[in-house]
Amino acid sequence: MQKNNSGKRPTRVLDWLATTFGRVVVSLVVPVVTLGILIVGFRWLRDTIPDNNVQKALISLVAIIWGVGGAAMLYMLSNWLIEKLSPQWVRRLQPFVFVGPAIAILGWYLALPTVRTFWISLHNRDGSEFVGLQNYVAVFTQRIMLEAFRNNLLWIVFGATLSVTFGLLVAVLADRSRFETLAKSLVFMPMAISMVGAGVIWNFIYEVKDAASPQIGLLNAIWVGLGHEPQAWTALLQPWNNLFLIVIVIWLQTGFAMVIFSAAIKGIPQELIEAARVDGATEIQVFFKIMLPYIRGSVITVATTIIIFTLKIFDVVIVMTGGQFGTHVIATQFYRQAFTNQNKGYAAAIAIVLLIAVIPVMVYNLKQFREEEAF
Amino acid sequence: MSTPKNPKRKKMVSDILINGSLFLLVALWIIPTIGLLVSSFRTRFDIQTSGWWAVFPHREWVKVKEFAIPENVDPNGVMEIDGVTGTFQEFRDGVSTPDGRKVTWVGNKRLGKIQIQEHRWVMRTDFTLDNYQQVLAGKSFELKNPDGSTRIVQGDNFVGAFLNSLTVSIPATVIPILIAAFAAYGFAWMRFPGRRILFIMVVALLVVPLQIALVPILQDYVKLDLNGTFLALWLAHTGFGLPLATYLLFNYISGLPRDILESAFIDGASHFTIFTKLILPLSVPALASFAIFQFLWVWNDYLVALVFIGSKPDVQVLTMRLAEMVGSRGNDWHLLTAGAFVSMVLPLAVFFGLQRYFVRGLLAGSVKG
Amino acid sequence: MKKSFLFVSILLIAAFALSACGPKATPTPAPETEAAPTDGGSYYDRAMAGEFSGTVVTMTGPFTDEDAVKFDASVAAFEDATGIDIQYEGSKEFEATISIRVEAGDAPDIVDFPQPGLLGTFVAAGDVVDVSTFLPQSSFDNYNQSWWDMATMQGPDGPIVAGVWHRFNAKSQVWYPKKAFDAAGYQIPETWDDLIALSDQIVADGDTPWCVGIESGAATGWPATDWVEDIMLRTTSLENYDKWTTGDLPFSSPEVKNAMTILDNIWQDKYVYGGRAAIVTTFFGDAPTPMFENPPKCWLHKQGNFITSFFPEGVVAGEDYDFFYLPPIDEQYGKPYLVAGDIMAMFNDRPEVRAVMEFFTHGEALKAWLASGGALAPQKDASLDWYGDDVERGVAALVAQATSVRFDGSDLMPGEVGAGSFWTGMTDYFSGVADMDTVLAEIDASWPRK
Repeated sequence: MQKNNSGKRPTRVLDWLATTFGRVVVSLVVPVVTLGILIVGFRWLRDTIPDNNVQKALISLVAIIWGVGGAAMLYMLSNWLIEKLSPQWVRRLQPFVFVGPAIAILGWYLALPTVRTFWISLHNRDGSEFVGLQNYVAVFTQRIMLEAFRNNLLWIVFGATLSVTFGLLVAVLADRSRFETLAKSLVFMPMAISMVGAGVIWNFIYEVKDAASPQIGLLNAIWVGLGHEPQAWTALLQPWNNLFLIVIVIWLQTGFAMVIFSAAIKGIPQELIEAARVDGATEIQVFFKIMLPYIRGSVITVATTIIIFTLKIFDVVIVMTGGQFGTHVIATQFYRQAFTNQNKGYAAAIAIVLLIAVIPVMVYNLKQFREEEAF
Repeated sequence: MSTPKNPKRKKMVSDILINGSLFLLVALWIIPTIGLLVSSFRTRFDIQTSGWWAVFPHREWVKVKEFAIPENVDPNGVMEIDGVTGTFQEFRDGVSTPDGRKVTWVGNKRLGKIQIQEHRWVMRTDFTLDNYQQVLAGKSFELKNPDGSTRIVQGDNFVGAFLNSLTVSIPATVIPILIAAFAAYGFAWMRFPGRRILFIMVVALLVVPLQIALVPILQDYVKLDLNGTFLALWLAHTGFGLPLATYLLFNYISGLPRDILESAFIDGASHFTIFTKLILPLSVPALASFAIFQFLWVWNDYLVALVFIGSKPDVQVLTMRLAEMVGSRGNDWHLLTAGAFVSMVLPLAVFFGLQRYFVRGLLAGSVKG
Repeated sequence: MKKSFLFVSILLIAAFALSACGPKATPTPAPETEAAPTDGGSYYDRAMAGEFSGTVVTMTGPFTDEDAVKFDASVAAFEDATGIDIQYEGSKEFEATISIRVEAGDAPDIVDFPQPGLLGTFVAAGDVVDVSTFLPQSSFDNYNQSWWDMATMQGPDGPIVAGVWHRFNAKSQVWYPKKAFDAAGYQIPETWDDLIALSDQIVADGDTPWCVGIESGAATGWPATDWVEDIMLRTTSLENYDKWTTGDLPFSSPEVKNAMTILDNIWQDKYVYGGRAAIVTTFFGDAPTPMFENPPKCWLHKQGNFITSFFPEGVVAGEDYDFFYLPPIDEQYGKPYLVAGDIMAMFNDRPEVRAVMEFFTHGEALKAWLASGGALAPQKDASLDWYGDDVERGVAALVAQATSVRFDGSDLMPGEVGAGSFWTGMTDYFSGVADMDTVLAEIDASWPRK
């Protein structure tokens, strides 16, 4: 607008009009064209049926470009539109360009369903009658739910703790080893295996055959080799069979913890560690006095994430025992009640209880953020 | 190196200690997977009758001779067979001969046979590529026609499902990361009303089990005619992955040193420029680690895909194929072993591809932790 | 000038962009017709005349893998003749996905339920089309009335016929390794006492008679429920059995307890291969395998006729294995047969869907499946000649001669019991976690209160 000052009045008005109009037009054309392209792409993708795998590969490629490019374009577009405004408005609105899409999607995909679930939890099995807190009373009194709570506690105490410990251990050791890449890749590998595959893998470990036949499960082969009777590790031995399921999740999740810890450890300035060593600190001291405090934030992050994972643990149990033999956890109970038993009110109450169970973890996290003055 | 002798030895000892314990841990971690790998090359019969470690040399009782029960023995009393004596029950468990062999009664009293067994070194190495062939090219089914003849029906191959999985996974990985990175930056470095409460909401949603969202989302999809499209799945995975992505990236981006950003502001850069030119490149390690996880989750997801695109056979993803592979009878383990490996190849490639971003010193001294 | 030109061109571009990408000619669902089936014959006849050619009927159910291939093969002829494309998409998580999809208003046209109990929930909610409104009399005449009785369920406005029966499985038979069985000189038992005597004989000969396994992942315990149901049918009246499946006869009643005790007597350490402890950890599909070792390690296996597809590759029906009817316990209850089956229910009412439903009431719909084995046909016009082997033909004939036929009770009970506490109760009892009274009381307590 500054540059128009020099011109004569009529020209200025005209200029101003043209510029403003041009801007408005461009502001209209760009979004319309962008959206148009996206819509054409979507329709094309939805309605094109490939005849062979080459066409299919082509369509996949277009879909990927359309999806990824489209998302990026929408950001650029909305930012471009916002930055046309006065600086004051930019300041007011720009944050919402940044956080808005995330909020909108989360609201749609998770927040609204949560509210809806809460509402359903106050109703009876098919939603026809308001029952107040009756479902919650049932959740906290039924034997099988109490068993699920106990199991979830076991999952958190053993599963989460050991995943974090092993993840940290491997990350620290690997950081000092020449075989870092190899070791990390191998520990990470279970993460790449689908749950169905993991189920098969662990069947080869836990499988039990009768004493007269050769064992095809490794654990029983060793156990029988030591002169014992074969054991049904995941079935009998209640409640300790839960621990054998927990081992699976430790095996799966350690890779997750390791990757994040490893990245954090690489962020520790070498000078700091060298200095401590020069001062004569032992490796253990270096770990506890320097490294651990330095990556504390990552430890909290990983611990939080893994605790939440284990609270929501579902597929390992479904694949290995289906919740039989006293291995039900909260999420499998929810699934059963919601889909097998069609007891929607009760299922919703279980989901809400799960949500409440994690509040302490969240509160701790937020306190941490405040202490670190992230806020 | 001019380091004195003593520290050098100390370093060697600690090297051995470190590599030794690392080796031990890694060995523990890969034994289950090795079992799967070995099994994937074994025949169905071998898998069901012997442990996968049987491919390594080991000692086993091997049948060397088998003959019918001699006429003159009475199974209800004490018998003498092949020079050793015992009762029926003892022979069933096997009676050892002085020369290290074992005489075993196989079967019951009516249909019994005598086996002479020797303890020998054996290894079972009848490897086969059949499992992989069936997984990649499709299972073949033998059907009988009403007229009694048989015909072979060939199942689908893996290629279509593989492409579908790829088409689902890549945008479903990139889109949530993009959105989460923007949001994380917004929460960390921008001031706006409601910032705190919105962030708390985002983090709290971490714990929502995605199963509760399936019905309402599908309802919306049906109304929007999105059901059965890739977009539906991308958006769903974005929604379900966003809380964790935002949480992890916020932790990282909020820890970036303040002075970098402040100097950029003084230079007159806008938030958008700072974000795209400064923050994104600086966050590559965090983005890469989250990308790996999100990719793996999406790649291995079964439930979400089943609900939102399960009704369309031509967009079937790999996990759906894998779940079917176990067979309508649920006992085709031998195929699952190979299937699990085939579906693992790409995620591992992604891991190796992104691993180079976790390099030392990329951000040395700039991460608060 | 310039402005309006620009403006118009924008509008044009936008309009073009939107119109150019309009949907291609995708097959649109035909509008609902209220037409009576009388004018052009039944919907099946109209379909065969090509009236619905080019339409698509979507289906969901638990058939995957081999079953899906067999299903496709058995509807192929109908598809060719009518031009209707039947798209069957099976999944292992069928129960969950169908609940989600129906609730979200995304139900497929036809859903295949292996458990009528689950279908009952949807019928009660008013989601299912009453097939009696359009099926011709000939379809009804093609089944025994008891099948229609089992298909009649309580809808929001009174009872409806909730679907048509497709294939079924017969459960009251005991499999044995014929070659070895004959060689050993054992006789097929005609009465319960004979069965126990045979079991004792096999024990005396140094083997365990029964192959038992009830492990089945999340469904562990279900083979035990089949046993209890078969014994119930043999020890109490049909009225009591029916009352039991509707919850009017509690599990803690003397009738059920008696059945459990009889089962308990068979599933002893000395009778069961691997001992009683192995029952809960042996996969039901692997359970019969020791029967086919040479010589067999166990000799008797009670299971539905589908189990033959779990037998080792290469064993021949009628030579390597055969079956006998699980003998009656109390003569006064006749020779009952326990069955289970797939009921096809209709969620979207369109003419071509009606035609497909009517097609399922014809034995023709199973012809190819019967030839490849793994299914029995409830339709009367399905000929015994269509069966691929003598064993399945024999089972089908035996069911036809039964004095009464009853559906698998656990499949009729609500999910909490029939796919929940009944299974877990059996598992808990036979793994020794809980005693009989506790287990039965817990099953009773789990029955949902309406």
